[in-house]
Amino acid sequence: MTNVNAIEVSHLTKKFGDKTVVDDISFSVEPGEVFGLLGPNGAGKTTTLRMITTLLKADAGQVKIFGHDTVKEGRLARSMFGLTGQYASVDEDISARENLMIFARLNGLSRSDARERTAELLKEFSLEESADKALKTFSGGMRRRLDLAVSLITRPTLIFLDEPTTGLDPRTRTQMWDTIRELVKQGSTIVLTTQYLEEADQLADNLAIIDHGRLVKMGTPAELKREAGGSKLSFTVAQAAQVAAAAKLLASQVTGAVRQVGQQLSVSLSKVAELTPILAALDHAKITVNHLSIQEPSLDDVFMNLTVGKN
Amino acid sequence: MEVQMHKGNVVMNTATMAYRNLLKTVHNPDNFMDVVIQPVLFMLMFGYLFGGAIAGGVKAYLPIIVPGILIQTMLSAGTGSGAQIREDLDSGVFDRFKSLPMAHIAPLAGQLFADSLRLLIATVTSLTTGYLMGWRPAVGFGWIVVIALLAIFTGWALSWIFALLGLLAKSAAAVQSVSLMTMLVLSFMSNAFVPLHSLTKPLRFIANLNPVTYVITAIRQILATGGWTHEALLVVVFDIAVVAVFAPLTVWAYDRN
Repeated sequence: MTNVNAIEVSHLTKKFGDKTVVDDISFSVEPGEVFGLLGPNGAGKTTTLRMITTLLKADAGQVKIFGHDTVKEGRLARSMFGLTGQYASVDEDISARENLMIFARLNGLSRSDARERTAELLKEFSLEESADKALKTFSGGMRRRLDLAVSLITRPTLIFLDEPTTGLDPRTRTQMWDTIRELVKQGSTIVLTTQYLEEADQLADNLAIIDHGRLVKMGTPAELKREAGGSKLSFTVAQAAQVAAAAKLLASQVTGAVRQVGQQLSVSLSKVAELTPILAALDHAKITVNHLSIQEPSLDDVFMNLTVGKN
Repeated sequence: MEVQMHKGNVVMNTATMAYRNLLKTVHNPDNFMDVVIQPVLFMLMFGYLFGGAIAGGVKAYLPIIVPGILIQTMLSAGTGSGAQIREDLDSGVFDRFKSLPMAHIAPLAGQLFADSLRLLIATVTSLTTGYLMGWRPAVGFGWIVVIALLAIFTGWALSWIFALLGLLAKSAAAVQSVSLMTMLVLSFMSNAFVPLHSLTKPLRFIANLNPVTYVITAIRQILATGGWTHEALLVVVFDIAVVAVFAPLTVWAYDRN
């Protein structure tokens, strides 16, 4: 089992009617990594995830989980991962403790093991105080935590998270990220879908960008950002009369195209070191600038360049 | 703690699922309202409204209507299973069940076994209401238990059909309306409330095709004679056949959902 990929997806395809929602997607995930499926709404992320986790039958293609085909060895493959869906898939009508107990039993734990594991998870996810209250009184964050706890009952080494932080407030989102990082530290392999670039950037080791059912780009966040171009310099020229002169000056210093919006000028730099001569030249020409900033390339740029979205 | 995973077996999984559904019901006692209120309401309304017209008096009508309302209540309790399954599917909790390494029939069977409690409550309410209205069957208590079990088993078998409906329908509301119509047609186009000889020929033909008629006849016969009958056996065989056909169909529908 040493060199087996955690997940091996080859030529996965799904059609709903005559619409191809997942189009010939292939990728693999190594044990211990966090793999992000990134894409706009309706790109096919969730459908892909549902096929990998055996919830949906693929029209074509194959998925192997730790070397086991999800169709031929479905039950075995299912026993190897935990899944947290996009909508909290826990029972509203019963308490957190009861939810954990039932899912532990369904996972094949004995009654006493189930009780022990339930107690552990309630503690780990700080749900002890509300353990016996009806879920209706839970906040969105608590529900997500319980949901995640349920998928961790069997301590799966592979965890699927479908948009784990969608709809959470910033504080709860950060808590969720910490929880996910903690899981990675313990050696879990994680596959997550997200439409938040920041989330992908924060968590994922490798990213696949999906749009209109196709895998448009794959790589580490750093690689993808590098492809999107270097740092961006932008500033505002204080006096409108000097804008043209400033633009001309800027063009002579860099290779990239100069963009102008009103009195604001911006340009891509291949190295931050290019900045010094530009500033010197501006100073020499007695052009005053305000709001000078240098921006590192973000996944936003990558995302915007590569995806069109539903519209 | 090392987590011990053993292949859960179907019986254990089903028991756990049944426990889950029981917990849900216990936390939400409203779920019992329909099976408690409906038989009481129907027994009172039908008994006092039609008793005189059909049988010449409430007391004479009760032996006809008690088995009739009993089976009607079973049908309507059975429709609840379908609606509940649809709700679970829509909530996403079935996704999780599906992704667990357990038998696919367990969530469905668990639901239906837990629903037997609803059937039991409905049966007890129906028979008690009849008793309070003056229904005094001539047979011993043992035979009352027999017809109660027969009714519950029939209701349980039929709930597999409603479960299938629940899986195939688009929404819980659709399940409810289709189930309600099925329930009304099956219970009224039978001998549940009127003697068959009072019906026109085509209507009698339909009522004679309706399985509900056979169940009610079997129950009336047991109550009248105090003995097991050929018809009762036929009902048991019919129930088993329904489960044998619809349980696999339901699992198939669940898998493709």
